[in-house]
Amino acid sequence: MSRPLKKVGERSVGITIFAFAYLFFLYAPMLVLPLFSFADQTIFRFPIEKFSTKWYEEIVERPEMLRALWNSLQVGLVASLSATLLGLLAAKAITRYAMPGKTLALGLISLPLFIPEVLLGLALLIILNVVGIPLSLMTIAAGHVMLCTPFAMAVLVARMDGFDKSLEEASLDLGESGWMTFWRVTFPLIAPAVVSSLLLTFIVSFDEFLLAFFLQGNEMTLPLYIWGQLRFPSNFPPVLALGTCILVASCALVVFAEWLRQVGTPGDKPQVGV
Amino acid sequence: MIAGLAAPLIIMLLYSFWRQDGPNVDTTLTTFNYEYALTKYRPIFIRSLWISGLVTLATVLLAYPIAYYVAFHVKRYKFIWLILLTIPFWTSYLLRVFAWRIILAREGVVNGTLQGVGLIDEPINWLLFSDFAIVLTLAHAWAAFAILPIYVSLEKVDRTLLEAAADLGDGAVRSFWRVTFPLSLPGVISAITLVFVPTIGDYVTPDLVGGPRGGMIAKMVYNNFKASDWPLAAATAILSMVFVAFVAFFLIQAIRLSVRSVK
Repeated sequence: MSRPLKKVGERSVGITIFAFAYLFFLYAPMLVLPLFSFADQTIFRFPIEKFSTKWYEEIVERPEMLRALWNSLQVGLVASLSATLLGLLAAKAITRYAMPGKTLALGLISLPLFIPEVLLGLALLIILNVVGIPLSLMTIAAGHVMLCTPFAMAVLVARMDGFDKSLEEASLDLGESGWMTFWRVTFPLIAPAVVSSLLLTFIVSFDEFLLAFFLQGNEMTLPLYIWGQLRFPSNFPPVLALGTCILVASCALVVFAEWLRQVGTPGDKPQVGV
Repeated sequence: MIAGLAAPLIIMLLYSFWRQDGPNVDTTLTTFNYEYALTKYRPIFIRSLWISGLVTLATVLLAYPIAYYVAFHVKRYKFIWLILLTIPFWTSYLLRVFAWRIILAREGVVNGTLQGVGLIDEPINWLLFSDFAIVLTLAHAWAAFAILPIYVSLEKVDRTLLEAAADLGDGAVRSFWRVTFPLSLPGVISAITLVFVPTIGDYVTPDLVGGPRGGMIAKMVYNNFKASDWPLAAATAILSMVFVAFVAFFLIQAIRLSVRSVK
């Protein structure tokens, strides 16, 4: 008996080393960005000779960049609110009603996940052009809503599938209207998932580049601004400084969103145990 | 919502059969755009499929062991591992690609370190602006899309089946290939689809780390769109989608068949 046991032990050493090496691979770029944002040089050369915080001080001297940041925040807010609302309706329809063509509808809503973004961008641009809607930040936001809704739906469906439907039935039996049942029973139960969906869709929109690239009007979002600055490496360090701040903020948001998504999830799935 | 999605795609399909005639669009139906794209862009189509194939292979091969590790070896902190593995995916894509540029550049982190240690005298040139750089960057960017589905399917594998295999005398390696791997196949297949499809349409990475001839199909779509030839851009985009669907379908069928023959 001791032999196979020993064998398992050896194997797990190998795979553990691999796992940590892989984590390093995943996080290497995320370590490099903060490192170079503190480098007192405009050429990205390694090893770094001198460190300073001057790029962080320069963030405020880039009005264009701050404007792009503000635009991205607005687009992200509109996109995440709309996508979560649509995702909520879709999730309710999917989990609560027997609907003809449900699979088809579900497939179509998830479609943006399976279409190359360049195709989606072009298709949206063509239809906006046909209908005659001028390009603006709002057209970018509309594109983002399409991209984000499948994410919102996935998070919300998981939650709505998870809780006891008899709670809703009880409320209806006791005389509450459908709307009040939703508001007083369903919503509090799925609130963590709603917040988590808002955060995740916001992050998707905030970071999205290619759709915005196609659908942009006169105003830039932050990824579009960053894209423009990539051509001028000497201009780039303050972008890196701002990027580092955003990196830290979005990591915090993701951890918070994931934690919310998992916390109190009913069921006996060991993998989600906190 | 559904109409909002279907309508653009249908109109784009229509567009792809029209022709750009100076500033106007000629609405007589024609397959000209498709013929043109198929002959002129054939090398780029093949190249894009090849690169995306390599990316998918690399991503899934790297993701499988890590998903296996979290599913079978991590006992207590699974949740933390899963979050750790997904965080990079949520951070700015552009900045991550740029970070790879810093790492792989001629005077970058890898070359700087290797030279500092004295392993190499001259910087390695093929690290950046190469197919290697594209594959590495994309394998990094889409990691979460491969890890999560594989992990979910591995987590579902009934552990008693593994005990049964061990009781019946299968060693660890054999029981992996005959029990665990076939059962995890649905996850592998969705990982392949989730990585292969979007990487074909990626614009940023080939442009930023791929060098002068690094452009893939998305670049052609964008160039035609910029040159105001929307019908040609639409046809190119649709062709790429068709190719992706085709290749993904055959790939998945091939994997299913080969596994069946192993059994």
